[in-house]
Amino acid sequence: MSSLSAKIKDAFDEPACDKNRGKDAKARKEGCSKSLTPGAAAGGCAFDGAKIVLQPITDVAHLVHAPLACEGNSWDNRGAVSSGPTLWRTSFTTDLTELDLVMGQGERKLFKAIREIKHTYAPPAIFVYSTCVTALIGDDIEAVCKRATEKFGLAVVPINAPGLAGSKNLGNKLAAEALLDHVIGTVEPDDPGPYDINILGEFNLSGEFWLVKPLLDRLGIRVRACIPGDARYRDIASAHRARAAMMVCSTALISLARKMEERWDIPFFEGSFYGISDTSQALRNLVRLLVRKGADPEILERTETLIAQQEAIAWKKLESYRQRLQGKRVLLNTGGVKSWSVVHALMEIGIEIVGTSVKKSTVQDKERIKQVLKHDKHMFESMAARELYAMLSEHRADIMLSGGRTQFIALKAKTPWLDINQERQHPYAGYDGMVELVRQIDLAIHNPIWSQVRQPAPWDCQPDLIGELPCTRNETAYLFDEFACATAHEC
Amino acid sequence: MARILLQSKSAAVNPLKSSQPLGAAFAFLGVDGAMPLFHGSQGCTSFALVLFVRHFKEAIPLQTTAMDEVATILGAADHLEEAILNLKNRTKPKLIGVCTTALVETRGEDCAGDIANVKLKHTQELAGTEVVLANTPDFDGAIEEGWARAVTAMIEGITRSGERARHPKKIAILPGCNLTVADVEHMRDMVESFGLKPVILPDISGSLDGTVPDRWVATTYGGTSVEDIRELGTAMQCIAIGEHMRRPAKALLGLTGVPYVLFQSLTGLQDTDRFVSLLSSISGAAVPARVRRRRAQLQDAMLDGHFHFGGKKIAIAAEPDQLFQLATFFAGLGSEIAAAVTTTDRSKILEKVPAVSVQIGDLGDLESLAVGADLLVTHSHGRQASERLRIPLMRIGFPVFDRLGSQHKLAILYQGTRDLIFEVANIFQANQHAPTPEALDPLRNREISHERCSPPLAGQ
Repeated sequence: MSSLSAKIKDAFDEPACDKNRGKDAKARKEGCSKSLTPGAAAGGCAFDGAKIVLQPITDVAHLVHAPLACEGNSWDNRGAVSSGPTLWRTSFTTDLTELDLVMGQGERKLFKAIREIKHTYAPPAIFVYSTCVTALIGDDIEAVCKRATEKFGLAVVPINAPGLAGSKNLGNKLAAEALLDHVIGTVEPDDPGPYDINILGEFNLSGEFWLVKPLLDRLGIRVRACIPGDARYRDIASAHRARAAMMVCSTALISLARKMEERWDIPFFEGSFYGISDTSQALRNLVRLLVRKGADPEILERTETLIAQQEAIAWKKLESYRQRLQGKRVLLNTGGVKSWSVVHALMEIGIEIVGTSVKKSTVQDKERIKQVLKHDKHMFESMAARELYAMLSEHRADIMLSGGRTQFIALKAKTPWLDINQERQHPYAGYDGMVELVRQIDLAIHNPIWSQVRQPAPWDCQPDLIGELPCTRNETAYLFDEFACATAHEC
Repeated sequence: MARILLQSKSAAVNPLKSSQPLGAAFAFLGVDGAMPLFHGSQGCTSFALVLFVRHFKEAIPLQTTAMDEVATILGAADHLEEAILNLKNRTKPKLIGVCTTALVETRGEDCAGDIANVKLKHTQELAGTEVVLANTPDFDGAIEEGWARAVTAMIEGITRSGERARHPKKIAILPGCNLTVADVEHMRDMVESFGLKPVILPDISGSLDGTVPDRWVATTYGGTSVEDIRELGTAMQCIAIGEHMRRPAKALLGLTGVPYVLFQSLTGLQDTDRFVSLLSSISGAAVPARVRRRRAQLQDAMLDGHFHFGGKKIAIAAEPDQLFQLATFFAGLGSEIAAAVTTTDRSKILEKVPAVSVQIGDLGDLESLAVGADLLVTHSHGRQASERLRIPLMRIGFPVFDRLGSQHKLAILYQGTRDLIFEVANIFQANQHAPTPEALDPLRNREISHERCSPPLAGQ
């Protein structure tokens, strides 16, 4: 456990994170996850976070060393997509029973499980995840993995991020540490080139990276490793030979980007493929880094041509939605808005942002929000379910964009809702992705169900009548007239 | 009698099980004003919550004691206390259902003692809220056991003990976790049509039936009332459905003397006949005309449907009672249970499953046993096996996250059996292979095609 706590301490000291640097030494030691209130907590654990980061690696067998719940309740539940191998969607767990725990057979069972997977599936690597119970009973997964690596001649990687260690965010960081310690740099590629890049923190949800990759292909840029979306083990193992990197989902993998820069001199920048201007900026930054590292500068001009072309097409497509979406009010309720250019693009076609959560935003983010939204009264740290429900049921927003956790608050308040988190069904990255997002907003807001479901039942519209039942003869006649009118109206 | 084959692998591949605390929380969700609470790390709750939401497409009340490293080492009694008080203050539930997890159970915490202390210390604050404990470590059992333990815990913790004056028309019904919202609703209608008053525990048809309330409610809304649980002892008769409900039924008998009848399944003509006869004899009422009509409809569905079932090979993976329910349904229409996989060897129902053997295992086992089958029957996680084997999948049980309306699918009594026959027959018709000269060539693969006409099951 001592090495784990060292890792955690290390993960909480992040020079590349502005928010982290803004704290004093004592506050930094406490890390970025607030301690949880029993009975009022939400969100996943460190194991969850580690698995989120690593599981999209498609050809690896992910083996969870735990009693059933950790894996049994959670497998095959995310929207990342693979262009080839499907092994990552096969679930492996040691499913420890009471007998295993009482008899202390955990490590033995783990070793045997690794052997079974190796024989049946022959994957290039097996990732072994520790969990609360196996950490508590003191199973030494690092030792088992080391022994298995020697014995079976394949990479068996310990992922030491038991749930009780902390939050999902911490798990993200511990997963990155595992990649640095055991995977990246273990394979030398035979074809390194001046246009090789890494994309860090891209999950390829709904295949959305495939909306971006063709742009890179067009420019002659090769994605050495996209971590973790649609990745292969060998890609990641040889990722240290890339010339530049882009970090997409900032909080999750910033330490990975920084340490890769320190160890292998791979410069990185923080960017986003969400929104039109951000996509363009990301492409510009990528080629600039490549040129700085020795690529032919002619790529700069080609990039500008591509950007101009693609932006023009995207804006033209977006313009067609202006009439339908002008003045519509959007409530953004995500942990932290990942990209301001999404907000920018929405506002550009006349959509109003009536509120945004700033729970995970940095100080700089908040400054940007103030600029964009004119005043800060629309910012909220987090909103209780009850308040959110009240706001939506009073129609103070036309649509809420959020993750699945608050989905049913919006729907029960009979308010349009769009999923912009990991379970979403549509790809939103790149130029076409932005158009898709606006299209989905349009479809959600203008669906004909809203006027129907908000309509009370006809017999509830006349509360006085109901109250006066049983009816006198006159009222019965009145009711009958009402009914006749309604019928006539329908015809 | 089916042979029970124990698991011999070390790596479970594609789990069939969902965890035991999830099953317990599921049962607590069938009580009005309830708030299930997992005693463990926050991930335990988060995973179960997400799975519930994916299945029901509803906001699900479920909280956590959020054990961290310190609580894991030093003990989590104060986390439990804080969570109970927080929930009481914030959501004012009528019932807090504590479900333990592998983490606290591995530590060996005395949760019952901890809860007793909390109740004693905060009697005033907790007035109007029942706190009930189900010991449900993840390393044991699955949904069925968790569900049954929670129901038992509610009866033992809330129901007033002692012989009481019995209400002649009141029936206590303890449905198993394999009954859907539609099943429970339909069963209630059936019982009421005999002039009887059913009290159903748990009653998910009141709480997980997908309605739109007119205000925000943090707990469940609808379901069995705590008051009704308290008064279960005044029922004339208890009816338990599913072998796993024997324990709660026995608990009720021991506590109040209310006798129980146990139905291992309510799917199929004969079991429904027994159920209807029982209702008729308890109530003294004749079987209503519309129930007779439904029976005739089922007879007709069996006549029309049996063509599609005869000789078909069915591969089922489900919890023990649901496995029995479906296997007897398919066998009763002339199909062969080619593979039967289940979660635990604890259930006595398994040896009655009409199959040569029942494998304790996972969906990896199902996939290897189902080669050559005509239909896979399991929950949504069977979709990968279905794709790989190119065998259609009928989604049943929990979780069903890639189809809508699974809770509104009826599978019991005359009407449900009728619907089930149609559903299966339609799957077969949709996946029919047109005959080709190659497939029918009498000189090709003679041995294999002969083998395919396997003899009917021994004893059938």
